[in-house]
Amino acid sequence: MKHRSLLLKVLSALLVFGAWEIAGRIPVSYAFPTFIESMTALARMTFDGSIFVAYAETLKPLITGVAISTVLGIGFGLWIGLSTRFEWLFSPIFIVMQAAPLAALIPLLVMVYGIGLTSKVFVVCIMSMPVIVLSTSSAVRNTPASMKEMAKSFLAKDRHILLKIIIPAASPVIFSGLRLGVSAGFIGAILAELKITPTGVGDIISYSRSIADYPSMYAAIFSIILLAVLFLNLLEKTENILFKGNDRGYVSD
Amino acid sequence: MVMSQTESAFADAQSLEQDIAVSVQGVSKNYGAVEALKNMSLDFPRGQLTSLLGPSGCGKTTLLKIIAGLLKSDTGKIIVNGKPVTGPGPNRAFVFQDFALLPWASVMRNVAFGLELRGVAKSEREDKAAKYINDVGLAGFEGAYPHELSGGMRQRVGLARALSVDANVLLLDEPFSAVDEQTRRKFQEDLLALVANENKTFIFVTHSIEEAVYCSDQIALLLPRPSRVHEIIRPNINRAIGVESIRRAPEYLDIVDQIWASLRAYVE
Ligand SMILES: Nc1ncnc2c1ncn2[C@@H]1O[C@H](COP(=O)(O)OP(=O)(O)O)[C@@H](O)[C@H]1O
Ligand SMILES: [Mg+2]
Repeated sequence: MKHRSLLLKVLSALLVFGAWEIAGRIPVSYAFPTFIESMTALARMTFDGSIFVAYAETLKPLITGVAISTVLGIGFGLWIGLSTRFEWLFSPIFIVMQAAPLAALIPLLVMVYGIGLTSKVFVVCIMSMPVIVLSTSSAVRNTPASMKEMAKSFLAKDRHILLKIIIPAASPVIFSGLRLGVSAGFIGAILAELKITPTGVGDIISYSRSIADYPSMYAAIFSIILLAVLFLNLLEKTENILFKGNDRGYVSD
Repeated sequence: MVMSQTESAFADAQSLEQDIAVSVQGVSKNYGAVEALKNMSLDFPRGQLTSLLGPSGCGKTTLLKIIAGLLKSDTGKIIVNGKPVTGPGPNRAFVFQDFALLPWASVMRNVAFGLELRGVAKSEREDKAAKYINDVGLAGFEGAYPHELSGGMRQRVGLARALSVDANVLLLDEPFSAVDEQTRRKFQEDLLALVANENKTFIFVTHSIEEAVYCSDQIALLLPRPSRVHEIIRPNINRAIGVESIRRAPEYLDIVDQIWASLRAYVE
């Protein structure tokens, strides 16, 4: 079973890369390099170390922003989910944040916080926090009433109900919110580097585009996608370790 | 003097007054405009199994949850072991119709969950849970998860969880309704053995007339609109004659017919 899913993953990767290679060879556009050209560029950047220098820069706002969003997002989400009053107060803020056209907000952020790290962290947070807050709060609100009632009948205190019922029951949805939030955070980090000041991976993308070095540009884009995928897999592993059994389906199924 | 069934049952209940485990006194409960219970009074003798029998919507679950302390009544009070109920307490344990197991917890943790909430140390509560897992016939499934079990086995987990906290009143809300007929009969036998062996008071909600007559020491026949106790019946089945003979005995069939006659008007 495990081998089979791995095989499928490899197969689908081969399919995508094959299609990329063919599309690059046709070519669909003069600005679209082949898979092999892009990988060669990636290897070159890896060996001369420039990709690591770039990531050291990009990961700063990304990790800070994602960490802040995770902690505050889950905290706010639990709070909003548990109390109808706070839902009424805060929920609209996050819904607006999620719907806001970020590109339009960037000039405002730059005006207030300058072009440094702070603005970039903000962009990452604006991208990733709302979905974490909204999925956490809706998961908390949808905790099966019968489980809470069961716990109460066996003399659970409020903190037991939160820690032993609500959080484990909500964890699959919280983690899927985290996955979406982290992906959005990656987009935010690159967006910030393209729109605020060109640094890190965003700098490689915009610089190589300006000198028409398309293989390097695609190599940078590919590397950030790869990193995002690896990170999401890591998150899934964490979830399975923390909430073993939650992937085992529900009684009501 | 000739007494009707109801009167003799009433006299029986009176004579047991000194040993009433749970007493429902003038309880009413409204959900908005819906009158779920209206001025209900009912006594549950200690060490016996009393069924609450009636068509759906007549307030059986509501009454059970009020006794459990999970719902507040609008008027009236519940006395358990001489003390009024103000909320859930250690003397009552609930078995839920939908099992209410934790899907992320093993059978062991589910059964021990009541003890876990009471702060009993892990080794102690697992020893106790293991005993009850064994008693309900789930030995070997300690590490299984609820989704790996059949409906009948899930309800055994729910039953073991309620038994392990050692409450002296067990509240069972249609515990066998999600279980197939064969398993259900086996469950009924197990339940009778529990009533005989564990000096506990059982309050058992069912909508099956046969099940109520077969298992109960006392049946409270509830009728809806407005919700009320229509009749108290004490089947007094002679269990010495064996399972199959009971289900064919004239007394058994008579009581089933009599209850059906009262209920049929309320069944569309
Ligand atoms: N939470 C609730 N809100 C509104 N009405 C309810 C609620 N629970 C039960 N009722 C109503 O109260 C009546 C009794 O319900 P219930 O106690 O569940 O009956 P039973 O268990 O006998 O089927 C029904 O008419 C039902 O629709
Ligand atoms: Mg019911």
